[in-house]
Amino acid sequence: MNEHTIKAFDTELKQLAREIVEMGGLVEQQIADAVNALVKQDMDLAQVVIAADPQVDALQREIEEKAVLTIARRQPMAVDLRETIASLRIAGALERMGDYAKNIAKRVLASGTDSRPLPVVRGLRHMADLVLSALKRVLDAYAQRDVTQALAVWRGDEEIDAVNNSLFRELLTYMMEDPRNITFCTHLLFCAKNIERIGDHATNIAETVYYIVQGVPLEGERPKGDALDLSAPVQPRG
Amino acid sequence: MSAAINRLLEHRWAIVAVALVSCAFILVGGLSPLLGIIGFAVICAAMTVPRQQTLTAGLAASQQPAREPWPPLQSIMDALPDAVVAIDPASVVVAVNAAARKIAPALRQGEPISLGLRMPALLAAVRRTVATGKADRAEFSERSGAERWYEVHVVPAVLSPSSSQSPTHFLLTFHDQTQHRRIEQMRADFVANASHELRTPLAALSGFIDTLRGAAANDAPARERFLPIMQMQTERMARLIDDLLSLSRIELREHIAPDTPVDLLPVIREVIDSLQPLAKERGVEVLLVLPPQPLKARGDRDELIRVFENLVENAVKYGASGKRVEIQLETASGKGPNGGEVKISVRDFGPGIAPEHLPRLTERFYRVDVEQSRAVGGTGLGLALVKHILNRHGGRLSIESTLGAGSTFTVALPLTRPAH
Repeated sequence: MNEHTIKAFDTELKQLAREIVEMGGLVEQQIADAVNALVKQDMDLAQVVIAADPQVDALQREIEEKAVLTIARRQPMAVDLRETIASLRIAGALERMGDYAKNIAKRVLASGTDSRPLPVVRGLRHMADLVLSALKRVLDAYAQRDVTQALAVWRGDEEIDAVNNSLFRELLTYMMEDPRNITFCTHLLFCAKNIERIGDHATNIAETVYYIVQGVPLEGERPKGDALDLSAPVQPRG
Repeated sequence: MSAAINRLLEHRWAIVAVALVSCAFILVGGLSPLLGIIGFAVICAAMTVPRQQTLTAGLAASQQPAREPWPPLQSIMDALPDAVVAIDPASVVVAVNAAARKIAPALRQGEPISLGLRMPALLAAVRRTVATGKADRAEFSERSGAERWYEVHVVPAVLSPSSSQSPTHFLLTFHDQTQHRRIEQMRADFVANASHELRTPLAALSGFIDTLRGAAANDAPARERFLPIMQMQTERMARLIDDLLSLSRIELREHIAPDTPVDLLPVIREVIDSLQPLAKERGVEVLLVLPPQPLKARGDRDELIRVFENLVENAVKYGASGKRVEIQLETASGKGPNGGEVKISVRDFGPGIAPEHLPRLTERFYRVDVEQSRAVGGTGLGLALVKHILNRHGGRLSIESTLGAGSTFTVALPLTRPAH
């Protein structure tokens, strides 16, 4: 980063980046905890996830306020402006991710007595591992302004979509096999959707990192997994 | 002298302003001209003092020295086997030793620690210690590749000779808890998996035993029918326990990369030789396409044999209808330490796998078709084993398949430079 005549401006930009990364760390933890709570049906951990959400929201407000103040006071240009705008965008994406994690935790609490030991939760764990790895890499890419890594995350979303589609079909077969599975499987269906959305927001952050460094938006269609096949499987598995 | 004049020139507008203000005081404010001129001269003299000096003089006692790595600190830290990071009271990294660089490659001197290590538990411990001046600790996990766990101690330290009471630095020491955590996890996973997966065959077995001792006690044809099924179930349980144990063993050291170079060609040949009887039995021909030069990868020979055994055995068992299995070795440019990687693909021409199953195949106990998997004696753990072994080797598995045309399982391993 080039030094500015006004030192305080540098400090402000650095402070913004630092808060974004710290918020990212919080959200990473929230997602990991939410998925652990789901797999292990750990109600206490689910409560921890829900309790962490106000902290994430407060950080987002703080970042927004600081970014707006920076724009008002310093009238940033070029890369400084992009960094300030990016911090607004990334804080927004991270806040959404935190909400999805909270929603998973709420479903763990809600499914309570309906929950059943289905092997499909291993599939959810698999998908969450992919998403967490993408989030980790994209936050590292942001901290180091690493465009190559950001692009790798942007392209890697395909695999997450593919697992999501597969989970969708598997969950439907469980529901067709035994109607008593329906309540819990519906919760799992929404959890899978939440995890998939978190993955989408990770690619949004990747786009923003690209924008900070290159100064132009990332053009072109992201590679997509197969379009979600909404047809029901032909017959339940034996 | 010329430097002083230069500085005066730099501040020429300020001097003009001061002169104007002085004149105003003399004319309007009734200041005596002599005092006005003396004041003007003093301000001009102050401007000739180099700016940097005035700054450092003011800050010397507080901030500046803490940011600069104190020369002996780095060498002491580098001599320690544990990972150590030194930060200043503003959480800015002052020094990082080699072991810590491995944990957090993104840590940079002069940057806030959170840009390299953002785990909330760790940052909270740092904040607590900075605020209270009392040592603190935290635990966190880090997941790049195989998940690792660390315990971190944050301790205040007075490292700068100038100040004596308040801590000038904070030292973070990291202790690797991975082995300990993995053993704990292995125990839990093993109990959960074993109890879940062994229950079905055990229930079947005890059902048959009950029947043979009760209703079918003297029924010879029933006995003839039941005993082979019972044997199959016990064999399945034995295999399951074997696979679960191997999986646990591999998971225990998944975070430690193997370092002996292994020549891959003999490994593949050995696997093919050992599976030849099975292939003959199913009427499958195994073809091998080899490059001329030897290919070496850093690895654990026994584990790599396990990988290819699983892949080739799957191809022979599930792709038997295609009548042939092709194994191909080739080099490709990749992200290995020497830039290259070796790709080993195992291709069958069987019925293929539907696309919705492809991304899920490496999950433990995931089966495309439960009945078929049971019939060929699968435990549902083969590809999970493959994935974990490749994870440890820094490699990866990719699967392509077309329904009706067959499947290709490709292993990519980072290549080591062949010895000249």
